[in-house]
Amino acid sequence: MAKLTADPDLCQGYGNCLTTASDVYDIDDDGKVVLLTDTIPEADRARVEAAARSCPVRALGVVDG
Amino acid sequence: MTGTVAIVGASVGGVRTAQALRAEGHRGPIVLIGAEPHLPYDKPPLSKQFLAGAWDHDRLALLTEADAAADGIELRLGVAATGLDRAGRTVELADGTRVGYDTLVVATGATARPSPWPAESGVHVLRSLEDGEGLRAALAETGPVVVVGGGFIGAEVAATAHAAARPVTIVDPLPAPIARVLGDEVGRLVSDVHRRHGVTTRFGTGVRDVVGHAGALEVTLTDGTVLRAGTVVVGIGAEPAVDWLAGSGLELDNGLVCDEYCRAVGHPEIFGVGDVARWFHPHHGEHVRVEHWTNAVEQAACVAHNITHPETPVAYRPTEYVWSDQYDWKIQIAGRPSRAAGLDLVGDPSSDPPRFAALYRGEHGELSAAVTVNWPKLLVAARRLITAGTPYEEGLSVLDKLITPATGGAS
Repeated sequence: MAKLTADPDLCQGYGNCLTTASDVYDIDDDGKVVLLTDTIPEADRARVEAAARSCPVRALGVVDG
Repeated sequence: MTGTVAIVGASVGGVRTAQALRAEGHRGPIVLIGAEPHLPYDKPPLSKQFLAGAWDHDRLALLTEADAAADGIELRLGVAATGLDRAGRTVELADGTRVGYDTLVVATGATARPSPWPAESGVHVLRSLEDGEGLRAALAETGPVVVVGGGFIGAEVAATAHAAARPVTIVDPLPAPIARVLGDEVGRLVSDVHRRHGVTTRFGTGVRDVVGHAGALEVTLTDGTVLRAGTVVVGIGAEPAVDWLAGSGLELDNGLVCDEYCRAVGHPEIFGVGDVARWFHPHHGEHVRVEHWTNAVEQAACVAHNITHPETPVAYRPTEYVWSDQYDWKIQIAGRPSRAAGLDLVGDPSSDPPRFAALYRGEHGELSAAVTVNWPKLLVAARRLITAGTPYEEGLSVLDKLITPATGGAS
């Protein structure tokens, strides 16, 4: 398992994370990231890491859980 | 795959290609070559948070030495590529050394068009970290700022200079500069952002000359007006950085010409990524070159896949996406609004701050593009529908669920 982090203060609502991992990330009415889950299985890790790396302000993290 | 991948260009496209190659299982050496001496850094904040002084250098880092070591990426920084020996599969560097490759990734980006005017000093462009440092220091001085060019970079610099309490005038030969991208109607609404924030605009007027030096510059406009300025910023576009490929035999025409898999035409061992690549977009049916951060990131992922999976390459057909933060307006654009056949405006452009969007109908009756101001949730939903090729009316009815609670109707 890997743990997800998201910093809504850094988030600018650019939305890149949702193009590859809309099962994990969502956006609220204020344009801030919402985590739909706190952990992901290892099988999803590469894809979700790519989604986290697509954040222009590095608001997202994937860490060993 | 175990061969050596040489990546020329250490900005976001090159760095993300290197990282994605490891994520895709590439085991061979990766050499990342960059002309600048710094560790790789991110450019979008240079016209915003970095320029404003809110972020410092460490917030710009794209790849640390530890990141590079952990991924087995060899860094060759501070040395520009000067030539390519295609037959010998080697890149020639400015210090006389050579780097051999089995696969080459061209990610040299674009360089700012220089100021064509003869002023001694005080005229800035904004592309590199040095440019950003120089302009940041200049904005800490006093005196009026004249920004030449009302595109994204010019508009963001104008907003940042305005926030730094410098009197700002922004000049552009077009009546609504952003109309180049958004079309006339929406271009006028969005270009009005400057006037609404008290920044002087001289749109529809060109610049004839800039003379003087830092702190005492004179900008002469095509209508004869002379603007005095302490600092001048020139944001008049960028050119793909392909000079080092002259004579290499690669097809160069407004960038490195690539096929739909981002391979240089006729040379399947060479790929293009980011601002420098002009590739065949299979959905648009033409070659395109895109100078946006998100494109470099997405194209890097596609190229890394195609290098590591040569038997099952994926065509690169992204939905274009770019954002721009100006004053308290967050402007987001998905798709190609300049090619649309019609549009609907939703939301309220006159509220303060405004919250509105334009939804564009494509030539084939599809939802082809969206522009939002201060409405990220709507942009995310529209971007997904555009990528799916959703018919326009159907897309509008899906988006109406987001629009109605806020504004009372889509059209």
